[in-house]
Amino acid sequence: MNAPNLVKIPEGDLRERLVVVGNGMAGCRAVEEILARDADRFAITIFGAEPRVNYNRIMLSPVLAGEKQFDDIVINTAEWYVENDITLVSGDPVVAIDRAAQRVTSASGRIEAYDRLLIATGSEPFIIPVPGKDLSGVVSFRDLDDVDKMLAAAANGGHAVVIGGGLLGLEAAHGLSLRGMDVTVLHLMPTLMERQLDEAAGWLLKSELERRGQTILTGADTAEILGQDGKVVGVKLKDGREIPASIVVMAVGIRPSTALARQAGLEVERGIMVDDHMVTSDPAVMAVGECVQHRGICYGLVAPLWEMCRSLADAAVAAPTGYTGSVTSTKLKVSGIDLFSAGDFSGGADCEDIVMRDAARGVYKRVIVKENKLVGAVLYGDTADGSWYFDLLKREEDVSDIREALIFGQAFAQGGGALADPNAAVAALSDDAEVCGCNGVTKGTVVSTIKGGACSLDAVRSQCKASASCGSCTGLVESLLKLTLGDDVKSGPKTLCKCTTFSHDDVRRLIVEKELKAIPQVMQELTWKTPDGCASCRPALNYYLLCAWPGEYVDDQQSRFVNERMHANIQKDGTYSVVPRMWGGVTTPDELRAIADAADKYQARLVKVTGGQRIDLFGIKKEDLPAIWGDLNAAGMVSGHAYGKSLRTVKTCVGSEWCRFGTQDSTGLGIKAEQMTWGSWMPHKFKIAVSGCPRNCAEATIKDFGVICVDSGYELHVGGNGGIHVRATDLLSKVTTEQEALDVCAAFIQLYREQAWYLERTAPWIERVGLDYVKAQLFDDPEAVAKLAERFHYSQQFMQDDPWARRAAGEDSELHQHLAEFRPFPTPLSTAQLKEAAE
Amino acid sequence: MIGDWIDIGPTTQISPGNARTLPVQGGEEIAIFHTLDNQFYALVNKCPHKHGPLSQGIVHGNVVTCPLHSWNISLKTGEALGDDKGCVPTIPIREDAGRLYLKRDALVSAKAPEATA
Repeated sequence: MNAPNLVKIPEGDLRERLVVVGNGMAGCRAVEEILARDADRFAITIFGAEPRVNYNRIMLSPVLAGEKQFDDIVINTAEWYVENDITLVSGDPVVAIDRAAQRVTSASGRIEAYDRLLIATGSEPFIIPVPGKDLSGVVSFRDLDDVDKMLAAAANGGHAVVIGGGLLGLEAAHGLSLRGMDVTVLHLMPTLMERQLDEAAGWLLKSELERRGQTILTGADTAEILGQDGKVVGVKLKDGREIPASIVVMAVGIRPSTALARQAGLEVERGIMVDDHMVTSDPAVMAVGECVQHRGICYGLVAPLWEMCRSLADAAVAAPTGYTGSVTSTKLKVSGIDLFSAGDFSGGADCEDIVMRDAARGVYKRVIVKENKLVGAVLYGDTADGSWYFDLLKREEDVSDIREALIFGQAFAQGGGALADPNAAVAALSDDAEVCGCNGVTKGTVVSTIKGGACSLDAVRSQCKASASCGSCTGLVESLLKLTLGDDVKSGPKTLCKCTTFSHDDVRRLIVEKELKAIPQVMQELTWKTPDGCASCRPALNYYLLCAWPGEYVDDQQSRFVNERMHANIQKDGTYSVVPRMWGGVTTPDELRAIADAADKYQARLVKVTGGQRIDLFGIKKEDLPAIWGDLNAAGMVSGHAYGKSLRTVKTCVGSEWCRFGTQDSTGLGIKAEQMTWGSWMPHKFKIAVSGCPRNCAEATIKDFGVICVDSGYELHVGGNGGIHVRATDLLSKVTTEQEALDVCAAFIQLYREQAWYLERTAPWIERVGLDYVKAQLFDDPEAVAKLAERFHYSQQFMQDDPWARRAAGEDSELHQHLAEFRPFPTPLSTAQLKEAAE
Repeated sequence: MIGDWIDIGPTTQISPGNARTLPVQGGEEIAIFHTLDNQFYALVNKCPHKHGPLSQGIVHGNVVTCPLHSWNISLKTGEALGDDKGCVPTIPIREDAGRLYLKRDALVSAKAPEATA
């Protein structure tokens, strides 16, 4: 016991002693709130770990960015402590609490007795446990010392890495970038600020930061921080990439600082447990701020702290009011980026999403309404209405009256009864008001186009170009159609899905014209009506982008149907079937032995010869897929893509090599065709066959592309189908050499790939566009076949990569593994244990 | 975590837009979903229609489309959406300090929905 250190209370001071552990925003605010209610109640001592007065921690970002100085962000100056008779012990953190004796001990050995104790230790940055985390130059972003370290590093320029693409990480990256550093942000999740933003808004933010020169790597998992002579030199990712850095900022999250409270025996879960009056499990001890857990929630934003401090002071010195938790909202403090998020945007069956996008202005707005109340909002690019939405949300106001106009903002929704109806608002526009900004079309032009006979959205688009580019004025044009024609509005051609007003053709054309290269970008630029699409449009967009930007677009696995994600065919019992490729339907005894071994080893419940001349192994468990593929790869076989919207099989007959009727080497041509086309993604499945004579044993006339060999050459047939609606092929052309047959095959496939709608087989596609159209596209220009074939071959160089081999080597292994297994029933206790338990 | 909640590991094991499975000995396999909006849901891994493995479906919003016959199932309630009728049990799930927890009793007692004939 350090008796000499015990601070004596001045004689005659009858005030209760309040000791505050933590000189941060919450601790000081709580003291301010108490003083405001009863300035004479307590003799107050505040302990702070940092050697300075209380400052506004959330304004460290502007200090780092050079927009503010430290003096600007001080909340309570040294005079404030003196004026309010507060003893400030700074730079000397409390290290122990003795609850029985009601006193605390500081690092320097100072002992302070208390009647009431307030713990406001805040939070500490979470440091990811990777090698190199303790190197010099690895900092967090929590206090002024961290900012000083970053500024020192920035003075030398060079590369900085920020780990964590959340609020704090992006503000650090912004500051370092403004200070002249070359900044890379590493974010584990695919979406920046995924706690506050949805995919659409996250994508807009990422594009803007990239435009400003930052490098944003999402899905980036840090493996190690690299150092030299004890100093950081870079970061290594789990995929092997290395990024140079002279400073690494770790901003992956915060944790409540609970060590002191835990040590003192207070009830602690994730944070220090408090009741509605911010009192801990010990009635003499209160806690407030980021270190507490209230009703199961730990807060990391400033607004809830203020509310907690009010309730704390009410309970401590006035009439208890009780804190019931906070609804929080977020804004990013990066100048020039307007971003707002509040409430719950996870949606739900009973929730309604209202989305508005303005591609020209880079605006995305989404509000979520549940049972006539606003429950969440995400705004990007235009946040003027953020506080209004937040207010509606907090007050749980009934929004049914303004539901139609809600997304347009406060001014519009509250602009009076008439304006709250968008049709009325559109009616009120003058004739020269511009409706379509992209193509400069006025309301008057649109209305006269409609009166001139355009009675559908599509007709308006094609006749006056309004809404034909980005589509953000589609709502206005639809209103004008309704106002002008009433119920006589005709619905246009089928849209891609209910998420958009554009047709497949429009979407494909605009992807190329506007150079759209990512799914969220398509959705933003073409003003999708849903936040992240649906099971119809996601796979379609994924295919269209893959087709438009070969080698550039990265396939989005989440947008693929299960079979294409698992590279096998799902069966009704949830197991899979596996079909290795057999080129032209030709196999060898070795391949057959390997298939038989695999069937035994992985307990295939059925081995079936398919209609496409190959072998299908049924009943394979998803966990076993990578292993069976590995075994088949080892025997020289690759994926048969029996599961894909892609080239399936090339069926052949034995042809002139064996058959007495054969006219050409149909087997050889079939193998060449399959080697040329395997691995290609298509709008739908695609089957080829080559028959060696018109007896057509390979059934080439019901395939997407069929070759019938004749003495004088090769007849090329297209658009056959053996499915629900059997359709025989149309004769496309006749050629004399194998090479010509292969060239036309490649060109036809590429035309189909570039022009058909997703999930449209060649048969309905040809019926829709006409055989003459296809012939004209291929043969009118003598160069057309060569050009199309060239595009096909270019694309193929990226596609002919066996997906089974990659999976067998461990890629995406989590898709094949259970998360864990749960065995709920504990093993029976032994007799000895039972005996022990009884005692 | 103490008591009724079972720790099933870090949230990073399931990437957004994906699902992972958790077989329960003597019980039903559970599918745990991570949506693009960063929410987590747990359901019995069987579509109320013909027991398709929901974990293998496409996730959009907080809906999963069954891989067998494209029924849309709400991840929040387990109810079939649109004109389809049926419901699959959901398991309470919570996220705490980067880890996922499932309600133990619900996990053990969850029953598969009766498949439509």
